[in-house]
Amino acid sequence: MASFGYDTRPIIGRGPSLVARFLLFAAISIALMVADHRNNYLDQVRNTLSAGVYPLQWLVDAPFRASRWMNESVTDRDQLRAENTRLATALRDAQVKLQKFEALTTENQRLRELGDAADDVASRRLIAQIMRVDLDPLRHRVLLNKGQSDGVFKGQPILDAHGVFGQITQVGRHTSEALMISDPEHAIPVRVNRSGLRTIASGTGNLNKLELPFLTGEADIKVGDLLIASGLGGVFPAGYPVGTVSKVERNPAETFATVEAKPLARLDSDYEVVLIWYQPPAVEPAIAPVTAPTAAPLSVETLESTIKPRASASSSSSSATPTNTANTAAANATSASASSSATP
Amino acid sequence: MSSRTSYWQILLTTAIALLLTIVPLPQLLNFGRPDWMLLLVIYWSLNAPFMAGLMYAWGCGLLIDALIGTLTGQHALAYVLVATLAQQFHLRIRVFPVLHQAFVVLLLLTVYHFMLFWIDGIVGTTLFSWIRWLPALIGALIWPFMVAVLDTSNRR
Repeated sequence: MASFGYDTRPIIGRGPSLVARFLLFAAISIALMVADHRNNYLDQVRNTLSAGVYPLQWLVDAPFRASRWMNESVTDRDQLRAENTRLATALRDAQVKLQKFEALTTENQRLRELGDAADDVASRRLIAQIMRVDLDPLRHRVLLNKGQSDGVFKGQPILDAHGVFGQITQVGRHTSEALMISDPEHAIPVRVNRSGLRTIASGTGNLNKLELPFLTGEADIKVGDLLIASGLGGVFPAGYPVGTVSKVERNPAETFATVEAKPLARLDSDYEVVLIWYQPPAVEPAIAPVTAPTAAPLSVETLESTIKPRASASSSSSSATPTNTANTAAANATSASASSSATP
Repeated sequence: MSSRTSYWQILLTTAIALLLTIVPLPQLLNFGRPDWMLLLVIYWSLNAPFMAGLMYAWGCGLLIDALIGTLTGQHALAYVLVATLAQQFHLRIRVFPVLHQAFVVLLLLTVYHFMLFWIDGIVGTTLFSWIRWLPALIGALIWPFMVAVLDTSNRR
């Protein structure tokens, strides 16, 4: 192990000392962090960096892509026929359901127009694949194989076949990073489908669990209730299913009930997700900033930004280019939680 | 040593370490994934400090930030700190027996994880769980093997 290297440079003129160099790099790093955290000044830098590491991510993902391709190419005829039959049945069932749905949609639209409140309609969809690349293990994030070049924007809602999946937090050139609804930093405004009760579902860091921390003991909610996105906060379109209530515990000694829900989206086994573009309702619902319950770790500045995310979401969906005016996506969700948590 | 290490070696090992950082692992193993890139930065800081210095460490940290999607500069700062410590004492650490070295590496990794934890705390997204420190321990355990592998190609 012992061997002695030698520095071939002359003693004089070796440049600044180690500590000086450390301080320089530390200062740059801190400046970067502040710029990244406070504002979105760094989006261009991040974009470039993410394009730089894309080949690595592509390389790591390649074997999994190859194995999927192999699987698909070597399926035998019987298997394909069986699958074909299954899919045909599923499609017929879906179409039968849709017949009624079409009529209902039209009727709903007409009624909403009467009330001057247009529904959120997804105007464009794009299927993205989740890359098999591990990100920070403590966070629930995934990398998607669609980025800026596909018109993906920050704060864009993501669905899977079963429900709301999450939202985009970082957009790279060819990839984008998504935050799942189960991430502890994420919160989504929801409505109980049965009773119309509005509340917030926040992630817990557990893929199969969401928390509804702002429901009082008397709240009209029970196990099995369906939670749907309420559309407040402007990130998620209203009406898409989020989860089902899995646990309700009312303790008379405490102000808030312990309510948990299970996400409907298959967060752990998804391979493909759907990115959607939609036009949020033009009419701004009256949201009065109310002081959040003490249970919510929220600051005043998030309250002030309640209106902002919606405006930015609409501008970016109409032009289909990423705008960077919104706060971080997580903050969007939290700001919504501040406003609607006290509403019920 | 600077005379025997080539830039190609550094580049190649860096690429491998970056790949190992994002290779998908089962959930449980993912929590204990050693910080490959940092271990490599320590190795080069000890063995070729004049080729792979602070600039190298900082660049690697920045790449890690971009790869795993953390705050830009978070890993860069922690990497530079560890590299500075390693470089300051590289003449001493280099002659330590390998197990002794592993202990020093454990200390460096702890400093690193503390730094990350601290920055997370400031930004307000801290998640405290003991599992956070597992990679430091595993990294130290892996160090002797990593040195053995890298030394075979680095020193003949």
